[in-house]
Amino acid sequence: MLTAAIRKAFAEGQDSAAFTLDVQFEAAAGVTALYGPSGSGKTLTLDMIAGFAQAEAGRILLDDRILFDSGARVNLRPQERACGYVFQNHALFPHMTLRENLAFAAQGLPRLERHRRIAEQLDRFKLTALAGRLPHQLSGGEKQRGSIARALLASPRAVLLDEPARGLDFALRADFHELVQQMRASLEIPILLVTHDLEECFALADRMLIYEAGRIVHRGAVSELRSSPGTAAVARLMGGFNVYAAEVLALDPGRQSSRVRLLDTELDGPHLPGCFLGDQISLCARPEELRVANSPGKNRIRVDLVRTKERAQLVDADFGSELLVSVSRERWAEVSEAGPKAGWWVEIPAAALRPLSSAPAPR
Amino acid sequence: MSIDWFPLRLSLEVAAGATAVSLVIGVWLAWLLANKSFRGKEVLDALTALPLALPPTVLGYYLLVLIGRSSVIGRAWEAVTGAPLVFTWRAAVIASTLHAIPLLVKSSRAALENIDRAFERAGRSLGASEWRLFWRVSLPLARRPIAAATALAFARSLGDFGATLMIAGNIPGRTQTAAIAIYDAVESGDSRTSLILVLVISALTALIVFLANRLEQRRGGAVL
Repeated sequence: MLTAAIRKAFAEGQDSAAFTLDVQFEAAAGVTALYGPSGSGKTLTLDMIAGFAQAEAGRILLDDRILFDSGARVNLRPQERACGYVFQNHALFPHMTLRENLAFAAQGLPRLERHRRIAEQLDRFKLTALAGRLPHQLSGGEKQRGSIARALLASPRAVLLDEPARGLDFALRADFHELVQQMRASLEIPILLVTHDLEECFALADRMLIYEAGRIVHRGAVSELRSSPGTAAVARLMGGFNVYAAEVLALDPGRQSSRVRLLDTELDGPHLPGCFLGDQISLCARPEELRVANSPGKNRIRVDLVRTKERAQLVDADFGSELLVSVSRERWAEVSEAGPKAGWWVEIPAAALRPLSSAPAPR
Repeated sequence: MSIDWFPLRLSLEVAAGATAVSLVIGVWLAWLLANKSFRGKEVLDALTALPLALPPTVLGYYLLVLIGRSSVIGRAWEAVTGAPLVFTWRAAVIASTLHAIPLLVKSSRAALENIDRAFERAGRSLGASEWRLFWRVSLPLARRPIAAATALAFARSLGDFGATLMIAGNIPGRTQTAAIAIYDAVESGDSRTSLILVLVISALTALIVFLANRLEQRRGGAVL
């Protein structure tokens, strides 16, 4: 278990605005993603946990050890923190072979044990054949495996990954995801993953800390955040949601339904506990849950196609005003043929609409 | 008339000694300036560059004051070894060291500061002590520019004149280095000796500068 409460203020610099990092969180065994835009303090948080940067105030605990405590004036050196750090550029020592890089991490072990552990680790990460190569003779994916293998060899009690998949192509990214999942399965330690790739959070993380401007604006289990982001701000931040302003027109708690007006159209809405007639509320819906049609119908809104983007399995059709729809390629082939003549409608099923609290995102 | 090669041999020996001493002190100072923040860092920074700017005779004067027979260091040396420190080859080494250090500190510091911080951070997070980090990571990564600076420092020590003359003197067969011997030969009209020494020193220096450039250039290669 990693517990961190850290604060540090940076004065306005020559080419940087004033910035304050102020976060508290706990990370249990498993993958915790630190998600947010660049410059929101994610990497700085990792650096403070690893001991590369010092917080002004706060406390960092890893299991039963105090890594940092401003009150008690404890500030362990990076060497003593047992945090495995995986750098964006891998930071394999360029003048050492892969084997020597691993040996560097296993220095504390007795000779025989060291050789055994290195051989084991090379094997586990499918690097045995490459052990004699220098880092510049390795591919991006191999370097990545090497740097993770090296970090784990030092028996860390937490692993810190700083945007490790940045700049990797699709296939390597998949390899990397597999690697993290293996790591998560085999190690009962907190793994912190800094990323600004939402897909990566969904694929790898158990929990998410959503960063914005030096604060954690929302947190929770990924599965929960995914189905109900809670607030409009989080829904927007996380992306992948259409967010609507709506007015409550009718409530029918008995049938667990409602009528709402959104985008100037009256629609069937979901059960809205705690709402009153006439309330202005926020609702969200995931693009995969909306449907495209070529004729009017229940809960359908007449729209114009703005643009489309093709992905591997899906087509993202953007109909403007928060009407992004993701449909399968087959379905898209059907509707896009008729679309230009018959016109476009987007259907928002009542079950797809989820109420959001309109309150500002909690800290 | 055969030419006296002693001054050249002495010069090479003194330069080798001075380079060795200044390499140790210079890289240590460079590491200090590159990695640590402490009070008086800027003063130290300026002090290490000073020998580059001061007239050699001024430098020699300070050295005389510092290690002369009446100074604390000079008397301590004499008490231990039984002979004065000034006007010996050792004094010439000290003068040359002082001349070589600024070059080494400046280049080594730049080389150490140029190392990607991620390497040192990685080393620390893997549990390596600062000492091990320096020997296994920082120094190997900065070895080319440091080697180039060392070569230049050797060339520089080879040619020191003013400071050496001030504290080691011009004692033929004992403290007369090549640079001083050339001056002596010109003064006494021995144009053959001066010409030969000048040519040898020039060739040596050119070779060293060429070597240093080669070391410097390959730094940007694939390995680093």
